[in-house]
Amino acid sequence: MRAFEFVTARTASAAREAHGGRPGAHFLAGGTTLVDLMKADVARPDVVIDINALPLAGVDTAGDRVRIGALARNSDVAYDETIAREFPALVQALLSGASGQIRNMATIGGNLLQRTRCTYFREPQYACNKREPGSGCDALDGFNRTHAVLGTSDACIATHASDMAVALAALEANVIVQTASGERVIALESFYTQPGRQPDRETTLAHGDLIVGIEIERSALHRRSHYLKLRDRASYEFALVSAAVALESDGPVIRSARIALGGVATVPWRARDAEALLAGATAGEDAFRRAADAALAGAVARKYNGFKIELAKRAIVRALSTVAQAS
Amino acid sequence: MQTESPVSTVTAAGDVSFSVNGGVRTARIAPWTTLLDLIRDHLGLTGTKKGCDRGQCGACTVIVNGRRTLSCLSLALSHRDAQITTIEGIGTAGALHPVQAAFIEHDAFQCGFCTPGQICSAVALVDEGRAHTDEEIREAMSGNICRCGAYPNIVAAVRDAMERSDARV
Repeated sequence: MRAFEFVTARTASAAREAHGGRPGAHFLAGGTTLVDLMKADVARPDVVIDINALPLAGVDTAGDRVRIGALARNSDVAYDETIAREFPALVQALLSGASGQIRNMATIGGNLLQRTRCTYFREPQYACNKREPGSGCDALDGFNRTHAVLGTSDACIATHASDMAVALAALEANVIVQTASGERVIALESFYTQPGRQPDRETTLAHGDLIVGIEIERSALHRRSHYLKLRDRASYEFALVSAAVALESDGPVIRSARIALGGVATVPWRARDAEALLAGATAGEDAFRRAADAALAGAVARKYNGFKIELAKRAIVRALSTVAQAS
Repeated sequence: MQTESPVSTVTAAGDVSFSVNGGVRTARIAPWTTLLDLIRDHLGLTGTKKGCDRGQCGACTVIVNGRRTLSCLSLALSHRDAQITTIEGIGTAGALHPVQAAFIEHDAFQCGFCTPGQICSAVALVDEGRAHTDEEIREAMSGNICRCGAYPNIVAAVRDAMERSDARV
């Protein structure tokens, strides 16, 4: 690891002030992404601002909107009884991610900002526009079996790695951010940016903004949600494909549906066209398959990742069937 | 009582105190020292192992404030106020922790390199009280890799320790 200055911040305003938007300044929470990437020489901060002492670890389930502090650990949230009852997809996503140790360390805010697992990003000897803008993308013609089929560009095909953010996309969560000009509430769907020509930019945050929490509305729709993750091994592995879904129905007729995909896209992917097809449809495999086809209609495969398109469709059908059967 | 300043900065190596295995230990460390390097290289507690050093193998698992944690992905300075337990703080040769006794009874290791991490992880897991079936134990222990493939015996040992712990409650 390269040398850096270590700052301990005890209030959110002190943390943002210590950061000051300087290019080499980074906030440190659980460390499971940042310390790893510093060892890989991918992240090279000259100032690390430890925010673990900030009072942002609480989970407030009292209101109509559940608020989760940015420093709540993944395991704190995953084992909260109210969260489990109100947002099953969120708990399933959290528990499907990483390992017991990492879930104890990783925070909700850090999880939102975790970097891609693209091998070409994580190994400095390869060309990567995300790590080094303008250097090219070795994944385009490389071993791209794990890469994205939705939201890609000629500059980047790296997937977003978070399970949690996929569930939060389906649950229409908001991200609460402290900025230089006050607090901003950003809908998760507007939080991430697709790579386009600028893959190094991943969110609408300004450098130095501080995520302080997320909020999710309690609703019948969100109580009937589910997260399905498909991967190469049974545990401690990133998704090849995942689907977060939610359904609200009148008997067999679907009133409202939510579908978000992970492992296949450059950002947590909300499939609005597919959701629109399901509203008013009769729940069942035919409707689910039509929705799945619509969700993947714009998919573009590279040499090794074409299998993800059919796999994602089947994941959507399976996840929707699961919630449809659960009353 | 003096109010703590909202920020404090460390720019170079200095003496820092840590609570390790119930005692206070002081070491002269630079800001980029990981918790793992503090434990092994500065405190001489070499029971904790450095496997991948990248958060993938679990050999470096220690218990921080009761929670199993990867010491290789933690900066030591982040843990100045924490209670740190390493394998040296779990049982003694004369009075083994129930998880250690179960590992011996079930022959839950071959080369032993991953074992301190496996045991720290299992001790915290038993305290969490969330895994009970073999399937749940496999999932909960998936962050600890064993290249010898002693997994069936590790699962048996953890289950045994868990059942004894449940029986005590």
